[in-house]
Amino acid sequence: MVDSSRNINRKIGLRMWLSGGWLLFLFLATLFAPIISPHDPLAQDLFASRLPPIWMDGYESTYYLGSDSLGRDVLSRILYGARIALLVALIASTATCIIGATLGVLAGYFGGWVDLVISRLVDIWMAFPPVLFAILLIAVLGTGLTSIIIAIIVIDWTRFCRVIRAETMSQSAMDYVASAQAAGRARFGIMVKEIFPNVLPTIVVLLTLEMGIAVIVEAILSFVNLSISTDFPTWGGMISEGRTSVHQAWWVIVFPLITLFLTVLSFSQLGEGLKDRFDPVLR
Amino acid sequence: MPILKRLFIRILSIAVTLIGVSIIVFVVIRVVPGNPISMMLPPGATDDDILRLKILYGFDKSIIEQFFIWISGVLSGDFGTSISLRQPVLSLVLGRLPATLELSLLALLIACILGGTLSLLGTRLRETKIEGIIDGINGMAMSIPDFLWGLIFILLFGVMWPIFHISGRISPFLDIDYSTQFYLVESIVRFDLKVFADLLAHMLMPAVALSIPLAAIISQLLKQSLKETMHLDYVTLSRTKGYSENHVILREALPNAVLPTMTLVGVQFTFLIGGTVIIERLFSYEGLGNMAIDAVINRDLPLIQGIVILFALIFTLVNLLVDLTYTLLNPKLRNG
Amino acid sequence: MTAFLSIRNLSISLQNGERILRSVNMDLARGDVRGLVGESGAGKSMIGKAILGILPRALKIDEGEILFQGKNLLNLNPRELRKEIGANAALIPQDPLTALNPSHRIGRQITNRLIDILGWSKSDAVKRTYDLLDEVRIPDPKRVINSFPHELSGGMRQRILIASAFAAEPKLIIADEPTTALDVTVQKQIVSLIGEMQSRHGTTLLFVTHDLGVVSKVCQSLSVLFLGKVIEDTSVSLFFDNPSHPYSRALLTATPKYTDPNSDLIPVSEKILNSVKEEVLRLDREWSNGR
Repeated sequence: MVDSSRNINRKIGLRMWLSGGWLLFLFLATLFAPIISPHDPLAQDLFASRLPPIWMDGYESTYYLGSDSLGRDVLSRILYGARIALLVALIASTATCIIGATLGVLAGYFGGWVDLVISRLVDIWMAFPPVLFAILLIAVLGTGLTSIIIAIIVIDWTRFCRVIRAETMSQSAMDYVASAQAAGRARFGIMVKEIFPNVLPTIVVLLTLEMGIAVIVEAILSFVNLSISTDFPTWGGMISEGRTSVHQAWWVIVFPLITLFLTVLSFSQLGEGLKDRFDPVLR
Repeated sequence: MPILKRLFIRILSIAVTLIGVSIIVFVVIRVVPGNPISMMLPPGATDDDILRLKILYGFDKSIIEQFFIWISGVLSGDFGTSISLRQPVLSLVLGRLPATLELSLLALLIACILGGTLSLLGTRLRETKIEGIIDGINGMAMSIPDFLWGLIFILLFGVMWPIFHISGRISPFLDIDYSTQFYLVESIVRFDLKVFADLLAHMLMPAVALSIPLAAIISQLLKQSLKETMHLDYVTLSRTKGYSENHVILREALPNAVLPTMTLVGVQFTFLIGGTVIIERLFSYEGLGNMAIDAVINRDLPLIQGIVILFALIFTLVNLLVDLTYTLLNPKLRNG
Repeated sequence: MTAFLSIRNLSISLQNGERILRSVNMDLARGDVRGLVGESGAGKSMIGKAILGILPRALKIDEGEILFQGKNLLNLNPRELRKEIGANAALIPQDPLTALNPSHRIGRQITNRLIDILGWSKSDAVKRTYDLLDEVRIPDPKRVINSFPHELSGGMRQRILIASAFAAEPKLIIADEPTTALDVTVQKQIVSLIGEMQSRHGTTLLFVTHDLGVVSKVCQSLSVLFLGKVIEDTSVSLFFDNPSHPYSRALLTATPKYTDPNSDLIPVSEKILNSVKEEVLRLDREWSNGR
């Protein structure tokens, strides 16, 4: 018994180490992109087009991961693409989280008509399939980063609201809330000081998972050219361009794809790992 | 009789949902900033052009008038004319629908087979190392979206080992002359093996990419449900009757474990259909989803409206079907 | 007495070492009806489960043998054990509400063993089912055969489970507290039905219960189990006249007489319980020293 539980802990540990490590690495690389990028991500050099990565024949020394058909450096473009990916992930998921979690806590703690209104809204919202929502929103808002961020917020706030509402309700039923109320403390104070810290772990888990979703949504939309203008390097855009020349220069698609894959996987594994950590059953 | 009543209520609610969706789509497209005409036109169009278009599409009338003109058209089968393709929206959309339906259903089939097999295997080998491995695969499969699976498959089986086609629905040299757009079904009916194989070689990768996240969900839910069922008394009783573990899992536990899984899978299947939008794009598969993205890029509002409403119709019908199947399979609702 | 079913030194424990059964011995002759009595948690159900090979996975058998018609069931591989049990033994389960598969019709749940395991023809099995439903006094058997479990009452379902247990004329039936989940009014009918079926078919019956009244009505002999240990093994008439173990005596006075429900209940005293516990713990120490 003892052995198996230690085993579970170690597994969670390794999983969270790896995914957390990758995300931290990516974040630092993004911060220092202007310093560590060997090239300007937009600079074209037709004499340096489709150079292979550095361990293959025909490489050129500063193009570590090779170059694309316009002679742009793949590594630099991945680093700058990470900026856009992480920017969308941070802004979109934080905003989604704030809106969804606030409404969820309000509905869960105050109940009554507040809960009724918010819950109905969530039900109606969720009856509308997310893909249709996305198509409509992007069609109406036009392309660009702001549209993507707004679309993510508008579509995904219900995900937070539903879970946090349920969590708040179960917390509200606990003794410590009753005793705080008996002590005559204001309801709003109890909500912020007593309940919020207890639903925070769930919020953190959802936020982490949402960042992974935001990264993939941004990649998909830039892949189909509905994101930021193609002047900026994005992972989705690189994959889309790399796909056309995959037979001549596989590295143009493979490296951004690996980066995207690891990032999405890391966010989701980190989220799942945190969930297991916070889950009292496993703890 | 309760089944008929249930059906009636469901159909009524479908109608309500569809009307709701139509209103939302209509209003959102017209009310949100920037009028639709300016969305359609390239920058630099003259005022005269704008006015002509406005009158052509009826945008000079009030929004309520516009809605009734539009909805009466819709009810008589007239969804307007696509701006970018200059053809009636209805025939465009119906022409693409079979391709998307075939792809989604093939993906559903694959997901059920994959997920079902994994969950049965996990149950049969529960509390062994293999169950742990299956759980690991499930977790991984679930956290990677279909878009990434599609890309990985393109690289692996389209480029590195080119076993499958990575673009289109059918090879152009196969000049088929079928009476429906349901190529896959028709090739089976006609026993046209050459066409069937070619279609599969095109469809298999997008279908598998779509199916993997759903397969993982089916596998996880069904395994959970099976494991709970395996502890129940009737399962134990059937063991004392001399039945083997395999029989106990398949005949005693499975029928009861499938039901609670089914409704959830229904919802997940609508997500899979949503996933066709991007997967069709990725594999240049000529279906509704691919058309939807073109429509958004071209800001072809009538076409977007048509596609969104058709998708909404498909989603509600899927939910209805799941509900009906659930009713038919559930013995508690079947006999009385 | 030739032992038809003989349990020798059977010890079962949880994975964490907690002991459930402590060197249990028990002999049943052909046609015996034995009560297996004890409080909940005494491990009485586990004996039946061990015989049928349906112990929960969390339990392991430490030592002992279960000789059934001369064969040690614990030495058989799972497949042989299934065959042996499927052909010769049956279970009347505790809770009729959960012991029938909600997805299958009643008829199939009675005939399946006959057809799938014992190779009867379908018509023979169906005919047998009608006879059995008649024996357990189920009205309108045709309707019942085509029903799903949720359409029948608890008492009806337990009758069906009894019919199903006797269907293949097994040599041994284990009734695992077959009345605890039922209404008090139905309990009596079910107990007398099991007794009646047993004497008609001459089946050997192991009746697991916590109800001494039931034992006095159906059984010829009984084993009293406390903390996984058999502390009394005697005939019913001797037991009710003159129980030898202090715990048995206490148990007897604590039970409302089947014939006289108005007599006073005297709870089993702490002193007796503690003395038995000490005895058991002493045995445990010996047991673990011996290993």
